[in-house]
Amino acid sequence: MKRGTKLLSLLTAGMLFAALSTGCGGSDSGASDKTVKVGGLLEMTGGSASFGISSKNGIDLAFKDINAKGGVLGGKQLALVVADTKSEASEATNGMQKLISQDKVVAVIGPNQSSAVIAASAINNGAKVPGITPMGTNPDITVNPADGKTRAYNFRACFIDPFQGTVMASFAYDDLAVRKAAVLIDNTSDYSKGLAKFFTENFTKKGGSVVVEEAFLQKDTDFKSTLTKIKVANPDFIYIPGYYQEVGLIIKQARELGIDVPIAGGDGWDSAKLPEIAGKAALNDTYFSSLYSSDDASDINKKFVEEYQKAYNSKPDVFAALAYDSALLVAKAIEDAKSAEPAKIAEAMSKISGFKGVSGDVVFDEQHNPIKSAVIIEYVDGVQTFKTKVNP
Amino acid sequence: MDTLLHQFFQQLINGISLGSIYALIALGYTMIYGIIKLINFAHGDIYMLGAYFGFFATTQLGLSFIPAIILSMACAALVGIIIERIAYKPMRNAPRIAILITAIGVSFFLEYGMILLVSPQPRTFPAVFTPTVYNFGPLVANSQQIVILVSAIILMAVLTYIVNKTKAGKAMRAVSFDADAARLMGINIDRVISMTFALGSALAAAGGVLVGVYYNSIDPLMGMMPGLKAFVAAVLGGIGIIPGAMIGGIILGVVEAMVSGFISSTFRDAAAFGILILILLYKPAGLLGKNVREKV
Repeated sequence: MKRGTKLLSLLTAGMLFAALSTGCGGSDSGASDKTVKVGGLLEMTGGSASFGISSKNGIDLAFKDINAKGGVLGGKQLALVVADTKSEASEATNGMQKLISQDKVVAVIGPNQSSAVIAASAINNGAKVPGITPMGTNPDITVNPADGKTRAYNFRACFIDPFQGTVMASFAYDDLAVRKAAVLIDNTSDYSKGLAKFFTENFTKKGGSVVVEEAFLQKDTDFKSTLTKIKVANPDFIYIPGYYQEVGLIIKQARELGIDVPIAGGDGWDSAKLPEIAGKAALNDTYFSSLYSSDDASDINKKFVEEYQKAYNSKPDVFAALAYDSALLVAKAIEDAKSAEPAKIAEAMSKISGFKGVSGDVVFDEQHNPIKSAVIIEYVDGVQTFKTKVNP
Repeated sequence: MDTLLHQFFQQLINGISLGSIYALIALGYTMIYGIIKLINFAHGDIYMLGAYFGFFATTQLGLSFIPAIILSMACAALVGIIIERIAYKPMRNAPRIAILITAIGVSFFLEYGMILLVSPQPRTFPAVFTPTVYNFGPLVANSQQIVILVSAIILMAVLTYIVNKTKAGKAMRAVSFDADAARLMGINIDRVISMTFALGSALAAAGGVLVGVYYNSIDPLMGMMPGLKAFVAAVLGGIGIIPGAMIGGIILGVVEAMVSGFISSTFRDAAAFGILILILLYKPAGLLGKNVREKV
C-alpha cells in the first residue's frame, strides 16, 4: 500500500513536471534541423558503474561512426545526452523523466540493470518514447507481468533471463556433468531472481537437484556464514547469478573455506574488477553465460574491437558491445521510420530486419526480445576464455 | 549431529571475526557517547576513511601492514579531532537533537565528499600478506581472520590500559562521570573530548584497514551498514560502557553468523536490528548497564 502511494505520488509529480516543461518550451524539439538527440540512461556511478561507463564508450563509438558516414535522415547528426542512474532504480526513474521532458530525446538507450529498466519503463511508455536496454535481461522489461501484454516502447539488445538460466543449467548438467547444485541469489535484484528461477527449472527438469538455496543483499561483504551452510549441504556446483562486486567476494571466501566445486553465474560477472576482487587463483573453474565475446570472428566484430581498442586502449566488454548494437539499432530504426518522431521510431524498431550487430544478427520477436546465440566464458588464471557457444 | 556441531563451530569462527570488527567500531561510539552524550553517526564513515588511509598508505607509500595500520590510525585520529572542533564544539550547549542532526550531516559530508575525491568505484585493497588457510579437522580459519582477532584484542587491551591506568584515562572517566565537577577540579574538558575523539577514530580506522585487508574491497559508502551495526552493538552492551561495546560487538557478530547459518541469510539484518528493538524494550541500559533512575 505504501509502495503504491509512493509510486502514485511519483507519477503525479512526474506528470506535473512534464506538463510544466511542455508548457514553457516548444514541443518535440528532440530533432532540430541538424541533430537528433538520443538519451543514454546509464550507471555512471555506484556499484555497477563499470556497466554504464563501458556502455557509454560503445554508444559514443557507434554515433561517431554513423555521424562520420553522414548521420541519419539525410545529414542529421546523432547526439548523446547522458543521465546517471547511480546504479539505483529510483534514480533511473528520475533520469528517464529528465531525459524525456527536459532534454526531449527521441529514444533512450539504457539502463543495464533490470530493476532500473523496469522502474523507468512506466515513464517512457507513458511518454511514448522508445527505450532500448543493452543488457537488461529480465522478461518483465518488455512484457508487463500484470496483464501479460508487450510494452510497446521497451526493447532490448540482449537475450532474456530464461535463456541465460536455461543455458547455464544445460551447460552444468551436460558439459560439467554435475547433479547437485546450490543456488545463491542476490535478493535485491530482479535480474538475479530471474536467472535463478529459470536455472532451477531447467536443472531439475533435466534430472539434477538444487540441494540448497540461499540469498544475500547488495553491498554485503561477509558471506562466510552462508557459505558454511552451503558447504555442509555438499553441492558439486554453485550457481551465483549476481553482480561482480559481491560475486568476487563470494568466490574469494568460498575458496578460502575450501569449497572447490565449479561456480557459475550470468553476465553480471563480466567486469575487469572480478579477478581483482576474487583473486586469479580463486577464479579457476568458474564460468558465466554471456552474449558476447570479443574473440568472436565475424567481420563487423573484428572491426569494432579494433576501433574500440584504438579509442579506449582496452578490449570491449559485453556492455560496450551491446550498447554499440543498441545505438546502431536506434539509428537503423530512425532511418527505417524516415522520421525522428519517437512513436514512429518504436514502430520501425519492432519491425526491424536484416540487422547485423557485433553480438550477432537481431530480429525482434512479438515480445520485443531478440533471437540470438549465447556463449559460455571460463576464467583461466583470471583471463576470460571463450569456452563454447550455445544456440537458442 | 556431527556436521551440525562442526557447522556450529565454523559459524562461531566466522561470527567472532565479524564481531571483532563491530566491536572496534562500537568502542568509538561508546566512548564518545560516554563523554559528551553524542551518538556520533559519522563514526562509520571514519571507519571508511581509515580503510582509504590504509589503502593509500599501502599503494602509494608502499608501506607494509603494521606501519600502514598505524599511519591510518594517526590520520583518522587527526580527522576525528578536526571534526569535533569544527562540527561539534560550537554545538556543545545546543539541544541534543541539534548535535545529532549535525552528526548525520557530517556523515553525509564524509560519504559524498569521498565520492567526489576518490570516485564511487569500489577499489581492491592490495594483498599485504598472503592468506594462509588453517584446517582444524573440518574447521577452516585463515590467517586474516586470526590477524583481525589478534589486532582487535591488542587494541582493546591498549584502550583498557589507557582508560584505567593512565592520568588521561582518569580524566576521561572523570569527565564522563560528571563534566562540571571535573572542570572544577581543573581538568581541561576540551582536551579530554579531543582525546576521546582521537582514540575512538583511531580504533574505527584500524577496523577499516582490517576489513579492507580481509574483504579486499573498499568503497566510500562501506561505512553505512557497519556503522549502524556497531551502533546496535554499543547499545546491546550498554552505551557508554567500554567492555559492553566489546561484548556487544562479538555477540552481534556471532548472532548474525548463526542466523544466516541455521535459519536464513535473509534474516541476518533483521536479527541484528531485532536485537536493537528487544534491548530498547526490555533492557534499555544494555547488558552491562545499571538502571539509573533519571532525575526529572
